[in-house]
Amino acid sequence: MSELSLERGLAAFREEIDAPVAAFFSSCIRCGLCATACPFYVETGDPKYTPILKLEPMRRVWASEFTLWGRLKGLVGLAPKVTDEMLAEWEELLYDSCSMCGRCSLVCPVGNDLQYMIRKSREAMVASGHAPEGLIGAASRAIRTGSPMGLQWKTLDVQIKHVESSTGLEVPVDKPGVEYMVLLSSMEIINFPEYLEAIAKIFDHAGVTWTLSTDCYEATNAGIQIGSKDIAAELVQRVVDAAVKLKVKKVISPECGHAYTAIRWEGPNLIGKSYPFRVFHIIEVLDELRAAGRIKTEGKETDRLSLHDPCNLARKSGVIDQQRNLMDLVADNFVDLKEHGKYQWCCGAGGGVSSNERAEHLKMAAFKRKKAQIEEVGPDRMVTMCATCRTQLEEGLEEFNMDIPVVGLTEMIAEHLVEKEQRA
Amino acid sequence: MIDPMDFLLWTKGPMFDWAIAIFALGMLARLVEIFMLGRKPNYAEPRGGEWGPGFRTIFTRSVADAGTFQRAPFNVVIGTVWHVGFFIALLLFIPHIELIYSVLGIRWPGLPNPVVDAVTAITILAMIGALIHRLRNPVMKHISTFEDYLVWTVTFLPLITGYIAYHRMIDPYPLALGLHILAAEIFLIVLPFTKLTHMFTVFIARWYNGAIFGRKGVAS
Repeated sequence: MSELSLERGLAAFREEIDAPVAAFFSSCIRCGLCATACPFYVETGDPKYTPILKLEPMRRVWASEFTLWGRLKGLVGLAPKVTDEMLAEWEELLYDSCSMCGRCSLVCPVGNDLQYMIRKSREAMVASGHAPEGLIGAASRAIRTGSPMGLQWKTLDVQIKHVESSTGLEVPVDKPGVEYMVLLSSMEIINFPEYLEAIAKIFDHAGVTWTLSTDCYEATNAGIQIGSKDIAAELVQRVVDAAVKLKVKKVISPECGHAYTAIRWEGPNLIGKSYPFRVFHIIEVLDELRAAGRIKTEGKETDRLSLHDPCNLARKSGVIDQQRNLMDLVADNFVDLKEHGKYQWCCGAGGGVSSNERAEHLKMAAFKRKKAQIEEVGPDRMVTMCATCRTQLEEGLEEFNMDIPVVGLTEMIAEHLVEKEQRA
Repeated sequence: MIDPMDFLLWTKGPMFDWAIAIFALGMLARLVEIFMLGRKPNYAEPRGGEWGPGFRTIFTRSVADAGTFQRAPFNVVIGTVWHVGFFIALLLFIPHIELIYSVLGIRWPGLPNPVVDAVTAITILAMIGALIHRLRNPVMKHISTFEDYLVWTVTFLPLITGYIAYHRMIDPYPLALGLHILAAEIFLIVLPFTKLTHMFTVFIARWYNGAIFGRKGVAS
């Protein structure tokens, strides 16, 4: 990432502008409806957070260089330019106040996919040297150590030993030829060790063969959050190499939203070819096992439970019914938030916001939308399937003194498995 | 002082040809500019199709989702009313149909004049409401540029001049009609260089939106 400059940033904008971007900017009528879809605007009331405005640098490059009229205006010096100062000002708008949740993309009446363009704009921000410190740190740690939080295998190894001793099950490591290679996220390893224990139990119960890889266990992709294709591609390549080495045909992305979109949708395009394996979110795998009758559960949760759909999983990946099927399996008193599935509201922490310390106040402001949604249905507990969402929900609910515990769906399923000897 | 009849003939003759030419070439250039850019190949395993969901979104995005309607009812209602009204006045007023027939050779049934007249009045009021909303709503005020007010003006002028001509509110009639035709021509000339391009590109944008979401298995 040497010699970052405005010129490189502008070149990145040019490279990112494609037919959809040109169609989107040609269609914007500045109606402002995208603001009503954005938790950062809705909860702060500051019009500068209007999503389409966050794309103004990219729009200027498009207008002045990709349209006839703009080029004519440029000849007489009338086309507004993108400057270093402008990009410095936009850093907060493109990173701190956007979790790339994509809700605006679903609401825009002319059909502009704003999130698609935010993702692209971030490439130019990185190239011009205008990415937040927190994300630069996470990205360089990910390249150096394999984990955005600087976690090392020995930390995970301690956890593996702990899971093995508490369950009496083996946690397979570097086993070739199994059905699934399982990826984790550092956030999960540190904050939610119960996840690894849960999948060890569920896969044993369902007779699924799986393995972790010492070469690559991290699913998250800091390169995508910051907006650097080079870094993102390198991180994806590590997953591909590990899966190829172990000869697995299926790779499981953990309870982490962006890790899933990174490896599932962006990954093949970053490395320029399709994978020799398929990618699933753990929830998709569990629902497949459920449908095949390979998960036998007993007992149900009786308290009032509601669900937070991670944006990356639901709106941005179409995994919406699966988590509800699984909830039905183990919950008696499940109630959906009013706007859910593809229309759910972001927790406020995604898209790199949670790795960007400077954005802390905005992250909490955006959470107020989720809080309002939760208050509407008044659940006893919240269930989700993304470590970043879960951390944000826990911190946010605590901040507002709401006594609502948050649980991961995978571990909830694991708690209801029928014991092996009973099944026999 | 120009003779009103000469003025009318100028708007119907050379000026009309210029307006149509600038509109057609300008809009064609924009469409070429968009499609020439293309898209990079997508290697991710699709969960759903692109074509079907793309075409679906072209239609479905015309109706706001329930949450957006609740949060911005004025925006949604006023926007829908004046767009529908504008197209009724443009495409279902019998003299307009005759004009289109004389140029393109196709025709369709129109609405009775009093109906179009009432729709036009409603559309004019809705557009004034939209302008006031743009000036007062904090988000719209903040994101609006000179172009937004220019486009409002060139869209409003054909409506108001049409209404004036129909009700003979300016004398002599050839002047009133000439002003209306000129207003429509200004609209056509401005169209390819402003956000009015959305009249055409909205179909492309919605298609891409539906296709991008559809590929991931989400109905957008």
